[in-house]
Amino acid sequence: MSIEITVNGEQRRLEYAGPESLLTALRDELGLPGSKNACEQGECGSCSVILDGELVCSCLVMAADCAGSTVVTVEGLAAEGELHRVQQALIDAGGVQCGFCTPGFAVAAAALFDLDPVPTSDEIREELSGNICRCTGYGAILRALEALAVGEFDR
Amino acid sequence: MTVADIRHRVAGGIGESTHRPDGDPKVRGNFAYASDLTADGMLWGATLRSPHARARITHLDVSPALAIPGVAAALTQEDVPGKPTFGLEHADQPVLADGETRYWGEPVAIVAADSMLTARRAIAAIVVEYEELEPLIDPEEAERTGSLIRHVKVRRGDPAAHGSVVVEGYYETGTQDQAPLGPEAGFALPDGDGGLDLYVTSQWVHADHEQIVASLGVEPHEVRSHPAGIGGAFGSREDMSLHIHVCLLALRTGRPVKIVYDRAESFTGHVHRHPARMWYRHEAEPDGTLVRVDAKILLDGGAYASTTAAVIGNAAYFAVGPYKVDNVTVDGIGVRTNNPPCGAMRGFGAVQACFAHESQMDKLAAELGMDPLALRRHNAMEPGDPMPTTGQIVETSLPTKELIDTLASIPLPPENDSDDPRHLPGGTGLTTPRAAVQRGVGYGLSIKNLAFSEGFDDYAEARVVLTEVGAEVHTAAIEVGQGLVTVCQQIARTALGISHVAVLFDDTSAIGSAGSTSASRQTQMTGNAVLEAALDVRRAVLDAHNGDDLTDDGVWRDGAVVATLAQVCADGPIEKLVRFRHPPTFEADENGQGTLHADFALAAHRAVVDVDPELGLVRVVRVDTAQDVGKALNPQSIMGQIEGGILQGVGLAIMEELVIDRGVIRNANFTDYLLPTFLDAPDVEAVLIEEPSAWGPFGAKGVGEPPTISSTPAVVAAIRDAVGRDLYRAPVRPQDIIGLSD
Repeated sequence: MSIEITVNGEQRRLEYAGPESLLTALRDELGLPGSKNACEQGECGSCSVILDGELVCSCLVMAADCAGSTVVTVEGLAAEGELHRVQQALIDAGGVQCGFCTPGFAVAAAALFDLDPVPTSDEIREELSGNICRCTGYGAILRALEALAVGEFDR
Repeated sequence: MTVADIRHRVAGGIGESTHRPDGDPKVRGNFAYASDLTADGMLWGATLRSPHARARITHLDVSPALAIPGVAAALTQEDVPGKPTFGLEHADQPVLADGETRYWGEPVAIVAADSMLTARRAIAAIVVEYEELEPLIDPEEAERTGSLIRHVKVRRGDPAAHGSVVVEGYYETGTQDQAPLGPEAGFALPDGDGGLDLYVTSQWVHADHEQIVASLGVEPHEVRSHPAGIGGAFGSREDMSLHIHVCLLALRTGRPVKIVYDRAESFTGHVHRHPARMWYRHEAEPDGTLVRVDAKILLDGGAYASTTAAVIGNAAYFAVGPYKVDNVTVDGIGVRTNNPPCGAMRGFGAVQACFAHESQMDKLAAELGMDPLALRRHNAMEPGDPMPTTGQIVETSLPTKELIDTLASIPLPPENDSDDPRHLPGGTGLTTPRAAVQRGVGYGLSIKNLAFSEGFDDYAEARVVLTEVGAEVHTAAIEVGQGLVTVCQQIARTALGISHVAVLFDDTSAIGSAGSTSASRQTQMTGNAVLEAALDVRRAVLDAHNGDDLTDDGVWRDGAVVATLAQVCADGPIEKLVRFRHPPTFEADENGQGTLHADFALAAHRAVVDVDPELGLVRVVRVDTAQDVGKALNPQSIMGQIEGGILQGVGLAIMEELVIDRGVIRNANFTDYLLPTFLDAPDVEAVLIEEPSAWGPFGAKGVGEPPTISSTPAVVAAIRDAVGRDLYRAPVRPQDIIGLSD
């Protein structure tokens, strides 16, 4: 089946939306490889996107179910090229190493700060516990987002 | 020209926490990982793997796969034109199964098709019949029957020397997986002339290249291996995985081919940390002075050699830890079985040994009635002391006592009085009364070599090029996420005096080897090559213009610019290539004695845990550390290595283990192989101890592995302290804590 989907503000068409996941459609058909495939089980959050306002693992969503939906991927976070504040905070605090989890963290953190601009440290840890990072031990990611929560990186 | 001749301080040089140059594309999702690469007409590759730990292939027919529309190639061992085997140290691993499969998941056949789904269907269509054979799965049986990869013997001191206080112990560590977030991926692009360009997840493209061209049967210049974007490594990419496969498919079809493993295939497609069985005996005087240590360490190397010989060497040579003791015997035995192959993982043999020697130090302290840190301090090595195993005189910095004293000075956290489930073991799953939760504190101390050892000709090449817009650093060293790209940039800035520095990763045809991104070696090795090349460029430029300083503005003399960078480069860029070698090392003699190692680094860890003694659940509250870093070139990056390394050590201590049942991995996925999450991560306070290395750039030491080594025994010691049980195995499982596995 052919479906229409709004991705990062653009109307896009998937000509053959079959059994593949939204993640596969984004990466291999829509030319948006920013969302990463690291487990395909919804365990690691590397493929996090915002689907109709909800944070989801795009590996667990069938592309065909997204007809008429609105999706924001990591590529859509930086409005007109300017980094989203969670992206800048991750860079500044050293929260990026290999970077494979980073798109998922950026999307999930952006979703968190949309819901709650001043999360506590415990809330940051809990809300991002669905995103696995193998490099940083999470310390620098926590420091990035704590600083954001108290306005240090606001611009 | 030396570093001391550089007078002005350039922004973004060494010692600053400069930001990664690849941070911006990574947060935007624009950074090109190997798995993101694509080309018109690209085919997808897939791999058929053995479902048996050991079997003879009695029938193999790929024609049903080839009959599927869209399938362009289906290859077996018969299609490997060159050398049929590969291997980092010993070429004993078939590119594709050679008639017998020797581990579960061994590649048997490969296909290329016009989509991933078609490729997977093609794999399923291949007809293969196996005659199952009895697998060798017990490493002790492998030792008895002589299935050895290497037996390292250390015999030092007086066999008749004994202490009056004796403790013995048996210890095990499980099979840990590196589990980098980015799965294996490779993209091969034929050049239309019989050769190809390969972009693949690797830790050492030159070592890959040598093996690839041998198996492809082509000339070295026909294949160019490019460093590609990599999602972590931790040792898993030191051995090749799909490299030769993707090249075979590209050359056969003449089309670009991509292979990307999914998570399950990643778990089977790379080597793991060796599981260990270790028998120890420590003897001491009543005042705690160590008199002798006897150890036997048995590592299961699995089906193929990989780096087992070097890993068991490290386990044996670091079997005692950073302690003075004159009488030591170690037997380090690496065996070959039909279990999944094991090789490099962060810490490389020192991790397993450290778990045992630190458990022994605690046991000895308890036997003596001594404080565990005081016992360690009493026996701590100092610079100029011989290594307890090899007898090598340590000529680099060795601030063992400073580490211990610094760690002890970090305040302990207050008692846990929180009722928030996020602060308790098991979280909301905690059913134990709050008051029953037990707190424990434990310590670990470790030493490990930096760079390659045992006589290996270890070198790194780097080229520094000055242009009219700034400087370029060229290297084939692999950035896996650790921050080499940042540190090379910082070193070049400081050495040149130029702030605009780009680090460019060259393929195997454009520059010589940088050696592997492993053994905590690139900051020292490639860092030194960059430093020397940059100083050479600076000297050449200043000499040519009779200058006394170099900045972004150009060459200065007596306080004025005498030539801009454009003028300096009027006849072309100024470039210098350096091949850096560390001080030579040597093979050990028959007693394991000699100068085997180039440099050493220490770490000390203190873990605080809360344990639910009824369900056997653990919350690691904090892990504090003092680490011997030589010189902190980028404190923020070092902190990232320390916190990340500690969490991998915590993983091995309490949750990470591949469950291998008769050679079959039962948990090859992220649901069942547990990785620490944000909620499992302890708070960390780290103190960097800066005493310069004998030869690292600016005195720096490698920092990647030490955090992972002694954090594991510290956490397990803290659990022992909390529950009062003699836990001998990592990871500690709930049943171990509540006593069901006694």
